[in-house]
Amino acid sequence: MASENSSPSSTGTSATANAQSGAWEVVIGLEIHAQLATSSKIFSAASTAFGAEPNTQACAVDLGLPGVLPVLNREAVRMAVCFALATDAEIGRRSVFARKNYFYPDLPKGYQISQMALPIVGRGKVEIVLEDGQKKSIGLTRAHLEEDAGKSLHDEFNDMTGIDLNRAGTPLLEIVSEPDLRSAAEAVAYARKIHALVRYIGICDGNMQEGSFRCDANVSLRRWGQQELGTRTEVKNVNSFRFLERAIEFEIERQADVLESGQAVIQETRLYDADRDETRSMRSKEEANDYRYFPDPDLLPVEIDDEYIESLRAGLPELPDARAQRYREDYALSDYDAGVLTSDRATADYFEAVVTDGRVSPKLANNWLAGEVFARLNRDNLELADSPVDASALAGLLIRIEDNTISGKIAKQLLDDMWAGKGSADDLIEAGGLRQITDTGALESMIDAVIEENPGQVAEYRAGKDKLLGFFVGKAMKASQGKANPAQLNELLRQKLKP
Amino acid sequence: MHDKNLREVAEHLDSRSISSEELTRLFLQRIDTHDAALNSMITVCAESAIQQAQVADKAIAEAGGTLSVNKPLLGVPIVHKDIFCTKGVKTSCGSRMLDNFVSPYDATVVEKLADAGTVMLGKANMDEFAMGSSNENSYFGAVGNPWDQNRVPGGSSGGSAAAVAARFCPAATGTDTGGSIRQPAAFCGLTGIKPTYGRISRYGMIAFASSLDQAGPMARSAEDCAIMLESMAGFDPRDSTSVDRPVENYRQQLVDAEQPNALQGLRIGLPEEYFAEGLDPAIATAVESAVKELEALGAVVKSVSLPNQHLCVPAYYVVAPAECSSNLSRFDGVRFGHRCESPVDLEDLYKRSRGEGFGREVKRRILIGTYALSAGYYDAYYLKAQKVRQLISDDFQQAFSEVDVIAGPATPTTAFEKNSKTDDPVSMYLNDLYTISANLAGLPSISLPCALADGLPVGLQLTANYFDESRLLKTAHSFQLQTDWHTQCPPDYV
Repeated sequence: MASENSSPSSTGTSATANAQSGAWEVVIGLEIHAQLATSSKIFSAASTAFGAEPNTQACAVDLGLPGVLPVLNREAVRMAVCFALATDAEIGRRSVFARKNYFYPDLPKGYQISQMALPIVGRGKVEIVLEDGQKKSIGLTRAHLEEDAGKSLHDEFNDMTGIDLNRAGTPLLEIVSEPDLRSAAEAVAYARKIHALVRYIGICDGNMQEGSFRCDANVSLRRWGQQELGTRTEVKNVNSFRFLERAIEFEIERQADVLESGQAVIQETRLYDADRDETRSMRSKEEANDYRYFPDPDLLPVEIDDEYIESLRAGLPELPDARAQRYREDYALSDYDAGVLTSDRATADYFEAVVTDGRVSPKLANNWLAGEVFARLNRDNLELADSPVDASALAGLLIRIEDNTISGKIAKQLLDDMWAGKGSADDLIEAGGLRQITDTGALESMIDAVIEENPGQVAEYRAGKDKLLGFFVGKAMKASQGKANPAQLNELLRQKLKP
Repeated sequence: MHDKNLREVAEHLDSRSISSEELTRLFLQRIDTHDAALNSMITVCAESAIQQAQVADKAIAEAGGTLSVNKPLLGVPIVHKDIFCTKGVKTSCGSRMLDNFVSPYDATVVEKLADAGTVMLGKANMDEFAMGSSNENSYFGAVGNPWDQNRVPGGSSGGSAAAVAARFCPAATGTDTGGSIRQPAAFCGLTGIKPTYGRISRYGMIAFASSLDQAGPMARSAEDCAIMLESMAGFDPRDSTSVDRPVENYRQQLVDAEQPNALQGLRIGLPEEYFAEGLDPAIATAVESAVKELEALGAVVKSVSLPNQHLCVPAYYVVAPAECSSNLSRFDGVRFGHRCESPVDLEDLYKRSRGEGFGREVKRRILIGTYALSAGYYDAYYLKAQKVRQLISDDFQQAFSEVDVIAGPATPTTAFEKNSKTDDPVSMYLNDLYTISANLAGLPSISLPCALADGLPVGLQLTANYFDESRLLKTAHSFQLQTDWHTQCPPDYV
């Protein structure tokens, strides 16, 4: 299992892992199931849309009726190859579908069509950023195409189990990492990276609630310096990053307890229970199926040539790492800011639309997008795509800060009004008479009035109590109803208050 | 009229000397009279058949015939093997498992033949899930051979063969995984062709062994098979293993080739390995004289070798059960088919539904196949069998570098007596000794009657290279123009 990537790299194992595991080195590998965003299923023409009435999106092929045959969806192949290109992975020039045989009521054919010996995506890698800012390369073992099973519904029927086969045949890309991850935090960083990537290249909607992006974690511990891997457990079907972190942390502690009490970890599949924040045994290795994999005789091998690969490469969007680098270089953004903006394609696209014509500085755009806009999205539980203020509207607002028409403070109030659909920044500025006062004469008369009204404070200031400047700024700003240009106001006050 | 072959029936329909409805009623009457004893049919669709015939008659009247509009099957009554899904009609596959299964869709073959205007008289009996060489493995009972009721018609397309031989219909569909068209054709005195793998869509044909299964026609002559094949063949986007290649005008090619020295220059190979232990001497003699007949028509005969012939049966009985063990997993009592009474839990549901739904031979093959695919045995069995399969294909390619057609017996014996091999699976399996290799290699292969031995038909098998169906049909047709073995009728069904 060990690869060149699996030994601790020079960036080392994070401090948290040490703290969590004490005498033990934590070794984690993830298997991620990303549901591919095709409109029809991987081997049939039925729709993949989520949330339909049970069994309304299952055709004869999905039901596994006698005599039906699978036909591969080209889109699924395209998406898998795009993933390979995005992760610098080998592309299986000849990949083969295999049958994974086991009985379960929501598996209509009694086998799942997957890939075994010859997957469509081979070795690749992604880079993650650790908590201390260091970078670490995580190896991808492989990624293969397969069909999803249906769903068993145990609660709705008295003493019976209902089967919904709408999900049966939904295309999945199973992405398997090397055991290169050394802490729960690293595992989450890696999962987030893959999540961002699949959304970036448009092959998965990444919706974890709907099960479009699911993680299984293989967790084991070994003594520091030990070469061979310890016995692992597989924690299944964790459907949020937070749960992933907690499930792994629980499992690390549990295994450490087992090992420290002198017992052996049992190789088994465990299920994470979010309500009780624990993992529970699901089935042990002894109970595991012999899946009797063999090449599916109903499907031909998938042959992929250079021309096809190059056509997909040409159509690939700029990837997050390259984009972040461009942001650092062209926009002089920090590593952190560039990382946040590019972690999601919609965010990066939004950001670039704001700064596109050069009237809004990248730093200002970043502060407002990552700060004000995201705060409001979180508050209202909205996606950026559903934001009431789109990129051009935000740019319209920020341009008015840049040209000193309004202050930042006024702009925040305006953003609230724009959020509520009350109009564009310029309309609101006009209607509310919010244009910043930059006329020196107007400001001077306001300042004069403040000085006149507060002779005591003026005397104290002139006697050396510099801190009182803020008092005068506040008074004058209030007099201007917040519209005074703060920098200008400061400067004028200083002049007028000079002893 | 019932003794007319398909071409003759088509001519009568064309000239309207008989209507499709009259013909359909005639055949239904024959089935009604004779099939109680023969048991060739699982389902007879009298009502819908008559309706289809009436529709056909209307179409014939409108078109002013059938042949002039190139619809030679318009109004022709046929029978489908019960392995093909037929919409609204029970599709049992010869199994208790599917005794209650009414398919919601038509197989591509059924659809194509319906589009060609055929009338479906009903669904033919077969070995359960096409596993068998005697039709004794049917949940719906054994089928008699029209030439001798006490003998088997062969299998697994035994019902189709018996129905055509008993003159219940001029043609029927069959499927061939290891000889299931050719062996019953040989036992019942018919002509049956298994085309190249991929020539006919498998969509809607209940899978036994997906990499070996291939549908084909069973009729009384090569010409009739050509007419049927032309309608059955073709690329189907619903079957990834079907081949996107134009369908030839098989029948026209036969007519064009009708001349005294039709086989001039045809190189026929006789594999040494076929004429060895296990072959009934009467069959060896019959095949040798048939080959002489082909020589007289201009063919050149030479000896060839298929050195891995002895590995065909062992390789087949790993590959076919392995695929079947997986293909039959969907019959679990959950969504369709047989479900046991009052299951106590999931495991009980599976065990009893499958235990009750499948017969002995099907269970035997599921067990063999499951074993062959198991961890630790896969390489030794399945992988090795696939390698042997390649060797067998290579043997054929070597032979086809020297000859155009390989000739030999279709079966080692004539039709055997019922119950004579049921307790000895291996001796039953050896009945497919000559037919299996064409499935393993995916080659087209035809069986045609070439003699009667002790009153029982003998089959001559011809195998050609990929997509060379027309050469097989031409060779068989030339032989049939000179001989009358294919026109012989079982005495009880004249």
